Amino acid sequence: MSMRALVLFGGLLLLVLCVNLVMGTPYTVRMSVEALALSIVVLGLNIQWGYGGLFNFGVMGLMMVGGYAGMAMSVPLNIAFWNSDGPMMLGRAILAAGLGAVLVVLAHQAKRFGIRGKWGTALKVAAWFIAYVGYRTQIDPAADYIEATSGFVGGLGLPVMVGWAFGAVLAGIVAYVIGNIALGLRTDYLAIATIGISEILRALIKNMDWLTRGTLTVSPIPWPTPLPQDLQADGMSIDHSFIVARLFYFVLLLILVLVILFLVERAYKGPWGRMMRAIRDNHVAAAAMGKDVKARQRELFVFGSALMGLGGAVLVSFAQIFDPAGYQPINHTFIIWVMVIVGGAGNNYGALFGAIFIYVVWVISEPLATALFTTLSGWSDQIGWGAIPEIESRALQMRVFVLGAVITIALRYAPQGLLPEVIGGKRRS
Amino acid sequence: MNELIFFINKVLISGAILGSIYALGAVGVTLIFGILRFAHFAHGDMMTLGAFVSYILVTLLVAMGVTAPIPLGILVLPVAMAIAAVIALGIDKGFYAPLRARGSKPVVLLIASIGVTLMIQGLIRLFAGVGTRSFFDAEAKDIFRIDMSWLGATRDISITEPQIWMIGLTVVAVILLHIFLTGTRLGKAMRAMADNMDLALVSGINTALVVRVTWVIAGSLACLAGTMLALDVTLKPDLAFNIVLPIFAAAIVGGLGQSYGAIAGGYLVGFAETLAVFNWSAVLRPLNDVLPAGWSLPQNLALVPTEYKLTVAFVILVVVLLVRPTGIFRGAST
Repeated sequence: MSMRALVLFGGLLLLVLCVNLVMGTPYTVRMSVEALALSIVVLGLNIQWGYGGLFNFGVMGLMMVGGYAGMAMSVPLNIAFWNSDGPMMLGRAILAAGLGAVLVVLAHQAKRFGIRGKWGTALKVAAWFIAYVGYRTQIDPAADYIEATSGFVGGLGLPVMVGWAFGAVLAGIVAYVIGNIALGLRTDYLAIATIGISEILRALIKNMDWLTRGTLTVSPIPWPTPLPQDLQADGMSIDHSFIVARLFYFVLLLILVLVILFLVERAYKGPWGRMMRAIRDNHVAAAAMGKDVKARQRELFVFGSALMGLGGAVLVSFAQIFDPAGYQPINHTFIIWVMVIVGGAGNNYGALFGAIFIYVVWVISEPLATALFTTLSGWSDQIGWGAIPEIESRALQMRVFVLGAVITIALRYAPQGLLPEVIGGKRRS
Repeated sequence: MNELIFFINKVLISGAILGSIYALGAVGVTLIFGILRFAHFAHGDMMTLGAFVSYILVTLLVAMGVTAPIPLGILVLPVAMAIAAVIALGIDKGFYAPLRARGSKPVVLLIASIGVTLMIQGLIRLFAGVGTRSFFDAEAKDIFRIDMSWLGATRDISITEPQIWMIGLTVVAVILLHIFLTGTRLGKAMRAMADNMDLALVSGINTALVVRVTWVIAGSLACLAGTMLALDVTLKPDLAFNIVLPIFAAAIVGGLGQSYGAIAGGYLVGFAETLAVFNWSAVLRPLNDVLPAGWSLPQNLALVPTEYKLTVAFVILVVVLLVRPTGIFRGAST
């Protein structure tokens, strides 16, 4: 780490300590845990955008997938569901989906049987349609039945860490599919395609009540470390229990983040990272050197997305609630981009710094704005203009504006980020 | 006949309205992409901002006691569009022009436009709060019911006054745009620049002027679309942020950079959405009499459940990107 990095991280520590003074320890520890969890996501995006120049705007969708996976693994079994006809009906739906998939694959292979051109396209469309209708005829009654009788499928009751790992794996699988579909597209198109796919994922997770409980939300989701309630049962005071329980979570997460940071930094400095930078900076030349550009980019996409899924799962566990309606592009995609760009794309320490710094700014702009508005309101009341109405809800919106202002200023005055990428001892210009 | 009228109300009219809004938004997106080569994500919020400008003007008029035979929201449109055009120019000058001057890649401009999105959203909510407003607090929203009893129907075709204006004004805007693009020197310069940037520069086209004109058109059309959307439903801070992706879908379906393609794409996506969630069993109900005893149509024959309505646009977007990334009309690619 350079001098600059040390100064920046030192400043960040001071900032967090200031927050601690003003807002209290439980607040600060919670903020730090969330910032660390987001930093995993940011490291994932740094792999995609910083290492490989891939324009992934579907961060929210992958975080949702990870969050769902973590929830599904760690929430207890829903006995009512397993004792009902639900599993049978779901099995039939899965069978229908499988048959549909076979049909679609066959239709896509139709040119081998000599069906080409317009007829081939018509066959593909027909196969997709039949597969879709077949699946719908099975899944709709199954979904209605499960929602009516047992609520939702429930979880598997496995340890939380297994859930996190599964979150990473599932997000990686989804990213493999997305990558296969979209990675051939160039930057703007890739951005729009990924944002579209992420919205599709959100719509699915939000509306598949039988699987995710949708807007009804799932809670409580267990922690890997003791909950404050557990500590209280052991005789700890309420105030202390929150701080200590969150600190446990924080330490566990810190270890996780440091391990990830070590691994991605090693990968970056090794031949693999050099190859990825070569593809990023000149993919034509890299292809001429015999690198399989698309396969490598898919690799980056899957690795980065797995980290996003992991981060999403960690966040959901910490919040103890899985609420699909709580996912918004601003809070889950755009903010991650701001973190990477302000921190410094391509520099893992920069990404870590950006994640924590931007999250602190994002969180404290609300109380700051409230304080500002209350003061202003007092003045305007004194001079007879009346008080500002709805200060609370307006102050909450201030952070969206601050986020936009930060990214605009960063792009204008520090386009390489606060901790720019370093290649061969020199900053990348 | 009731089935046909149901179809007209649910598919033709709402599809035409949705399509008009998508088309107007997509024209702006596609023009900016053609000239400046970046996907302008803040377009949705420029629409919302335009709607708020109109709303403020309407409030002023109401305060002055002005009444008009047409909805006030339509009356203030020329002024609101001019203001929105100035705002669009200001946004370009303040946020995009410095980055272009530095020779930034289109990707950086795209990210900058997201910054602009966030700032506009933050500002709107800061000043206007998060509640919903209506343009029709001071006046009534006229609903026209076309009596179809001469066809033996018991239901009416219903359409509101703003909806008629919306469809009409979109047609007018499209015709004006067509005249501008094909008939004037500046419009031809614009098309030339979208077609081949280098050639346009070499042949002495005033690119700075073309860029300004692009923002004026995009900004005023965004204001038009946003205001009409707010007139049709209600005015809220996330009015157009939610439809910016369908608008991009429309622009891409039509081929980015192709104005006519964007209009076609807008209506295509609009009708696809309404058709996909349309419950066919309502139209096919007479078939129940023909079907053998014991057979009947399911209650719900919609292709896609209603809650997935917006998803239809994304699916179209993704499919088009995969099958034919240049769009139906062979647009530009970066």
